Amino acid sequence: MRWLWVLLLLFPSFATAYEAPPLAANPQAEARLKALAVELRCLVCQNQTLADSNAPLAEDLRREVREMIAKDMSDREIIDFLVSRYGDFVLYRPPWKLTTTLLWVGPFLLLGAGAIGLVFALRRRQKKMTDVTLSEAEHNRVTQLLSEGARRP
Amino acid sequence: MNRFLIPFGLFIVVVGFLAVGLTLNPRELPSPLVGKAAPQFSLPQLHDPGKVIASNDLKGQVWLLNFWASWCGGCKDEHPVLVHLAESGEVPIYGMDYKDQRNEALGWLKEWGNPYQIVAVDEPGRVGIDYGVYGVPETYVIDKQGVIRYKQIGPLREDILKTKILPLVKELQKQ
Amino acid sequence: MIPEIGHYALILALCVAVVQGVLPIYGAAVRNSSLMAVAKPAARAQFLLVLLAFCCLGYAFAEKDFSVLYVAATSNSQLPLHYRLAAIWGAHEGSLLLWMFILSIWMVAVSFFSTHLPEAMRARILGVMGLVSVGFLLFMLTVSNPFERLIPAALDGRDLNPLLQDPGMVIHPPMLYMGYVGFSVAFSFAIAALLGGTLDAAWARWSRPWTTVAWCFMTVGVAMGSGWAYYELGWGGWWFWDPVENASFMPWLAGTALMHSLAVTDKRGGFKAWSVLLAIMAFSLSLLGTFLVRSGVLTSVHAFATDPKRGLFILVFLAVVIGGSLVLYAWRAPRVGLGGGFAIISREGMLLANNVLLVAALGSVLLGTLYPLFLDALDLGKISVGPPYFDTVFLPLMTPAIFLMGIGPLAQWKKASLPALAIRLRWAFGVSLVTAVAVPWLMGQWTPLISLGLLLAFWILTTIVVDLRERLLQAEGGGGIGGRIAMLPRAYWGMVLAHCGVALFIVGVTMVKGFEMEQDVRMNVGETATLGGYVFHFDGTEQFKGPNYIAARGTFRVTKDGGEVTVMYPEKRRYFVQNQTMTEAAISPGFLRDLYVSLGEPLEGGAWSVRLYHKPFIDSIWGGCLVMASGGVLAVSDRRYRLAWRRKEAAVPATAQIARPTVS
Repeated sequence: MRWLWVLLLLFPSFATAYEAPPLAANPQAEARLKALAVELRCLVCQNQTLADSNAPLAEDLRREVREMIAKDMSDREIIDFLVSRYGDFVLYRPPWKLTTTLLWVGPFLLLGAGAIGLVFALRRRQKKMTDVTLSEAEHNRVTQLLSEGARRP
Repeated sequence: MNRFLIPFGLFIVVVGFLAVGLTLNPRELPSPLVGKAAPQFSLPQLHDPGKVIASNDLKGQVWLLNFWASWCGGCKDEHPVLVHLAESGEVPIYGMDYKDQRNEALGWLKEWGNPYQIVAVDEPGRVGIDYGVYGVPETYVIDKQGVIRYKQIGPLREDILKTKILPLVKELQKQ
Repeated sequence: MIPEIGHYALILALCVAVVQGVLPIYGAAVRNSSLMAVAKPAARAQFLLVLLAFCCLGYAFAEKDFSVLYVAATSNSQLPLHYRLAAIWGAHEGSLLLWMFILSIWMVAVSFFSTHLPEAMRARILGVMGLVSVGFLLFMLTVSNPFERLIPAALDGRDLNPLLQDPGMVIHPPMLYMGYVGFSVAFSFAIAALLGGTLDAAWARWSRPWTTVAWCFMTVGVAMGSGWAYYELGWGGWWFWDPVENASFMPWLAGTALMHSLAVTDKRGGFKAWSVLLAIMAFSLSLLGTFLVRSGVLTSVHAFATDPKRGLFILVFLAVVIGGSLVLYAWRAPRVGLGGGFAIISREGMLLANNVLLVAALGSVLLGTLYPLFLDALDLGKISVGPPYFDTVFLPLMTPAIFLMGIGPLAQWKKASLPALAIRLRWAFGVSLVTAVAVPWLMGQWTPLISLGLLLAFWILTTIVVDLRERLLQAEGGGGIGGRIAMLPRAYWGMVLAHCGVALFIVGVTMVKGFEMEQDVRMNVGETATLGGYVFHFDGTEQFKGPNYIAARGTFRVTKDGGEVTVMYPEKRRYFVQNQTMTEAAISPGFLRDLYVSLGEPLEGGAWSVRLYHKPFIDSIWGGCLVMASGGVLAVSDRRYRLAWRRKEAAVPATAQIARPTVS
């Protein structure tokens, strides 16, 4: 029986299942690919990222990006590579340009305009409130109503 | 009264844009390479795999580069137009067999006709990516200096040929 | 024969709709009671006719009548019955019929539950809804007829898109449409008020329950869409800021702003014109959504097959309805009075600041969605605007809104003191901050965004506790805590529940984005992969035949610390008719986490590429939405609405009504 124990000790893998290896050859590069691919557009799909698409062109582009990562190109260089071939359309994060300034600044302009509008509107209505004056008869009526109201249980 | 009309004013602007939008195609991607040097390539030829066709060889003439594949339906639609154009001899057409199998491509050309001077083979699709190809067929008009002057996305049609491409080719040939 | 009956029913419905749209509104203008009385029976007749048409189409689907073009395009003989029926709204024409059917449901509901409204008001409301239905019926009958025949009949149908062959398809579109179309009621209330010239607090009180119910449906509809995408699409995402998703989110934002604005108008009579504008905006965004999905103007996974003729029709309809409403608004709104005054720092002020933030967020989503179109139309190039933009822009706008959510309910009406509020809330802020920093630190991963998310979520919860405590201490109910809880109106509890739902939602989003784990592995039979403490054992795949597909079904045993947790069966399906391959991910849901396994591609030797996810708290995202909607339902069941429905207000003569001055 002793030899069986020796065998078990020498081959511990018999006792436990194999741990599956990661799919990608290089997990760090793959992680970088994923980070880039989620911000890139699959050009032949109906609005999907390069990371999620199964289209042949998407696979080709992922292969290209993987090779560029292996060549130690920076994120900026990889993005420039794709943009020079496919235009800004391939980026899901619109670049800062003259034509996209309104896009990026717009929401905060809206907020500012809304806040200013709100303050102005509130000030205007407060002025209108204080502009209303009561006549003598109306003033008496108000006093009378208030005293009646106070007497009610 | 004025400030209450602002919502209506904004709305009219948006409707205007939406109306124009109905005439546009959001999936069509114009090429950023128009006006830039055509990316260089050096690829084996379809009919003669031992020989190489390079983009540099084609400088000094105006030519058409047509990306096609035997598995592509739209290519079948545009093929008669290309054959007709090749017969007229107005401008040489060079083919780029994109992500295809050699036997299928040869058989396809035999069946439907071969309008190409030479067909280059881009089996992995890398040259396609360099040219910003995202579907087939796509056709580029390249001038004598090797600069891309026009990109046709989708099948070529007689009317586009007549109104856009041939006039451009004639003009470029005069240079 | 049956499809023709359905077709004729729609034609009749159009005639009724024209009558319903024109006579009551005219009758209200000239104060003719018999003309106004046409509204109720017309609405009910329309409901019956559209119901008939809907049933006829359902019958055609159930009986596999492929001589109807629409049935042939979206169904198949092998498609199970429940999906054949869901295919009614599987494509453009049928989904319009669903829209119309749901509109008729809301119309008939308004006709039953509006006995407490003045006659002229009800006539106008139903009249406006009638005009909207004229548009949709005309659209269907001219360019989108679901009953169009296919002669000769197809031998078999083209099948429903496999992505849609799922229980989500049965519930999500109806829920969503209930919300979209429900905002037409708030819209009709607003237009009716503008037409009639009486815009007062009573209008807001009547309009609130309808708005809230529509908002509840919208919340559930959007949440379902997100949940469905999560488990159906196979890549673990749940929100992509896709144009169609945005098209459903924008009316929801407008509806939320509207609910809060109506609270101010109801309580204090203020900002009526703004509430009216929001009501118009909410429904306008619903219509805009309809346009975006069907016109082909934007690219989207959800878009229906497009046709420029249809796009043009909807655009003209949109222009007429919204343009007309906004012109009416510009004309009538300036005459509307002001209501009670209040300081900038007050509950009203904070509710309105919340409105500004919500509308700014809405505007940003609209801007991002339409911007590619703007640039393309001006020939300035083609760009894409995706999640990176929306995520960057949405968060800074929503964060202050969430902070206000905590402060608003504690602020007094009319005038509040900021220093006093700060003192009351200092405990809440402290606890939130400490928890927000401690939790991620204890979990081993800290980023500023995670803490911000947790800070916001706990801020909502702690401020609710502070507010609740104060109110319960002040309440006069006898008999201890139970009595005092009962004293607080249901509307208050509805608000508490809905805000808790928001907190739960934020917890879900923060925890998933901050702590989710993913692994892409190559698994042979018998191998294991470990993720988040869970061990996944791959026991191989087997073939499985479904009603209209064949699948490779994998078996994954999941254990944790040696004990068995669950067994998961992801599938890779091939649907026969459209020859489409679908990945059916296996999900093991849980309160604290979801486990997600999806099969990638088969590799040599019986191995598969497998993607595993551990997503903590992701179900809180949709759980939070459901809690939000429950809060809305609770609020609507408040006493004042239940009493109002039972009580029939004495009919006020129309002359006296219009003579009443508009300043309240």
